[in-house]
Amino acid sequence: MYTISNRLKIASFILMAVGLLGIGIGFVSAPSTVEEAKAMVEAHDDGHGGAHGEEATHMTTDTREKVTPSAEGHGEESHAMDHDEHLLHQLQNKPWAALYVAAFFFFMIALGVLAFYAVQRAAQAGWSPLLFRVMEGITAYMVPGGIIVFVILVLSVLHMNHLFVWMDAEVVAHDKLLQGKAGYLNPVFFLIRAAIFLGGWILYREYSRKLSLKQDESDDNSSFKMNFRISAAFLVFYLISESMMSWDWIMSVDPHWFSTLFGWYIFASMFVSGITVIAMVTIYLKSKGYLEQVNDSHIHDLAKFMFGISIFWTYLWFSQFMLIWYSNIPEEVTYYVTRIADYNLPFFGMVAMNFVFPLLLLMNSDYKRINWFVIMAGIVILAGHYLDIFNAIMPATVGDQWFIGIPEIGAILFFAGLFIFWVFRALATQPLQPKRNPFIEESKHFHY
Amino acid sequence: MSASKVIQAYYNDDDVLMHAVKKVKAGKHHIEEVYCPFPVHGLDKAMGLAPTRIAITSFLYGCVGLTVAIVMMNYIMIEDWPQDIGGKPSFSYIENMPAFVPIMFELTVFFAAHLMVITFYLRSRLWPFKKAENPDVRTTDDHFVMEIEVHGNENELKELLADTGAVEINISEKNSH
Repeated sequence: MYTISNRLKIASFILMAVGLLGIGIGFVSAPSTVEEAKAMVEAHDDGHGGAHGEEATHMTTDTREKVTPSAEGHGEESHAMDHDEHLLHQLQNKPWAALYVAAFFFFMIALGVLAFYAVQRAAQAGWSPLLFRVMEGITAYMVPGGIIVFVILVLSVLHMNHLFVWMDAEVVAHDKLLQGKAGYLNPVFFLIRAAIFLGGWILYREYSRKLSLKQDESDDNSSFKMNFRISAAFLVFYLISESMMSWDWIMSVDPHWFSTLFGWYIFASMFVSGITVIAMVTIYLKSKGYLEQVNDSHIHDLAKFMFGISIFWTYLWFSQFMLIWYSNIPEEVTYYVTRIADYNLPFFGMVAMNFVFPLLLLMNSDYKRINWFVIMAGIVILAGHYLDIFNAIMPATVGDQWFIGIPEIGAILFFAGLFIFWVFRALATQPLQPKRNPFIEESKHFHY
Repeated sequence: MSASKVIQAYYNDDDVLMHAVKKVKAGKHHIEEVYCPFPVHGLDKAMGLAPTRIAITSFLYGCVGLTVAIVMMNYIMIEDWPQDIGGKPSFSYIENMPAFVPIMFELTVFFAAHLMVITFYLRSRLWPFKKAENPDVRTTDDHFVMEIEVHGNENELKELLADTGAVEINISEKNSH
């Protein structure tokens, strides 16, 4: 039986407290008027010379803004006003977007673990049953994490922020494209879908966990078989809902843009993050003397998954990028134009972190068995996939006003604290080793 | 080319073979070769064979393939004749790189795979008209043969091998390579 150590508990509370402070600072320092926003940008520009400011005034307004055809004399003036208002919205979005990216990132880790867990059950894998309790502990975060993401979505629908521009009736009224998509992208349907997705995922998680615990105490394998069936069914539901979730929660911040493989791309990101966290939690618990039966071969297998799915993520990232870059159709290429222009380092940096780094570090078979090596690679992979979500959300919500500062880091710390606290609290509620899983003996003697 | 005597012990079960190998190793006898009809898991470890380095050669061949692809595409598309083909930017390699990635990838895999296979053939001396080396045709079907060189300890070895459950023990002259 695992008990959460006091040091870990205190550390997670400190993370949450510092994170909350950072989030609060972010919201307090967001500008509330156009004048404040302009003053903030000017103060920022002083440090970098005037060139940027000049460039910004020449920038054409974003397509999402209503373009007001005006008389020649007033053209310049209204253009400048539009620009200022746009800037205000971007700066007001900053703390919200920081909160949303971090909330989604940690939620997606739990969801990725849930998908991996369901795959292991449906595939009747012989090596992983020893890790089932670890996975179940991590997916416990689905409940608070999912609720927080849902609350942020509700607040967006209630116009507390401008994360999703299609929720603004004023914008839709002047936008033919958004009117055409209103059948799908409308606030009520959006929330209903989110509730169905979250409800389905959490339902599977809770039921599978219940069956998994019941199997320990039963004298036949009926719970195990039931768990196999619902896992297979869940995977079907998951593949559909996850794809739609990625359109809803991530792609729709850029409602003029669409990509067909976006759902799989986000899936790869959450899958590899989830597997990485399983490996890291397993290594942590093992280092503390729990999980005695877990050996290097289990870590080796997890590291192989980290390696393989990292490359799978890169394959999807590149396929999406290269297809759009090659054909260069203006209506879709803007997505990458803004990212390469304004997010050059995070955009290409994440490719290095999510591909080159794991490729070279985890290729060697021996390195996959060295625990600290897996932890180091895992930290880089997790940071890389945070940047991935950052690159997906930020350009559409804060544009060129992005910065990884207090609101962003505060949000990461807060959710990291919450994640650690919730996951390890859940791990402490049940024995870490399943008792009578039909594959548990195989898993104990697993070696590669 | 010195002719030497070898003792050949026949087994008809891989588990028995594994135990025999461990026993012979424990007796500090040098196992010349083991002939099996199929891969026996853990046999290389039991015999104390050094791990293969073929994966390392493959990685290096892959690096060569990647270099070939980059140098080739850079010379052809950027340096030799930088044409405007459908508006793709051929001013520098990096600007047009996404279009070259499929070739870079495929050549890396091609070099890594093929050169590794050829390395395997060379190192294990396999080619189309090579004379088969198995000492007994049954080793390709259902028998395992362990071959140990004899240095005047014939009877001792025979006794040891009979103890390990060998179904047949032969002694034959063999030209060592």
